[in-house]
Amino acid sequence: MKGALALLVTLAVLAVSACGEREQTTEFKRGKYQGKPDSPSWSNAPLAYESGKWTQGDRASWEESIKNRQLAQHEHKRIYQ
Amino acid sequence: MARMKFLCDAERCIECNGCVTACKNENEVPWGVNRRRVVTINDGVVGAEKSISVACMHCSDAPCMAVCPVDCFYKTDDGVVLHDKDLCIGCGYCFYACPFGAPQFPQAGAFGLRGKMDKCTFCAGGPEADRSAVEFQKYGRNRLSEGKLPACAEMCSTKALLGGDGDVVADIYRERVLRRGKGSEVWGWGTAYGPGAPGAQPPAAPQGRKS
Repeated sequence: MKGALALLVTLAVLAVSACGEREQTTEFKRGKYQGKPDSPSWSNAPLAYESGKWTQGDRASWEESIKNRQLAQHEHKRIYQ
Repeated sequence: MARMKFLCDAERCIECNGCVTACKNENEVPWGVNRRRVVTINDGVVGAEKSISVACMHCSDAPCMAVCPVDCFYKTDDGVVLHDKDLCIGCGYCFYACPFGAPQFPQAGAFGLRGKMDKCTFCAGGPEADRSAVEFQKYGRNRLSEGKLPACAEMCSTKALLGGDGDVVADIYRERVLRRGKGSEVWGWGTAYGPGAPGAQPPAAPQGRKS
């Protein structure tokens, strides 16, 4: 009797074993970036040379620095001043 | 808030491919992958030939982002469209969706094995530690984090290719078009060596002529 009960329990466990299977795919949210996070450009310190001047972590000062560099593309600003 | 954009002035582009070379060199882009290229129409037809330098335009509503089945694209706070190569499956949907042919796929081997997508990053690297060796290997140089503009735009000899914040680029272009002349007024002696006399002013806008 005990043997039959043990066999029944074993069969029942085997029957539902697949239900405990782990999810093998990554969680996916449609339309949402799934990759690694990136850090913004202004989170870096300026280089010692050939680089603009900005305060690390300050977006406004980085944008000002980039804007100054951009104006070098304008020959009227570069030559006639 | 900066929105990074490229603008190529077809009146100035002389098809020198300096931008292409600068990009290849700065980012060490492999053979077969062209993040930037120069397209010429009416090639050889005198007076009708126009060239334009094309790469990823970092669209505000980017179709590559919309069609990517694994959502590996993202847009940075300054409007640059980038992607995570660790997530990319190289399916090529972004290539079909892009109106500029920006996404590139390295191909190698006898069976044309297609690798992960590679495209212009506006010299902003990718989702790895800024200025790291890993970032350079996967995505190329991160010039924006160094306070610099993309190498292609900075290298352009005639300044046909402008890069940076869209508002500033538009201002430069607008002012240039209003003052546009021909020959040495556009590029030449004055641009290379300066106005010649102290206090000289840029050439006046031509009257009664479309630029």
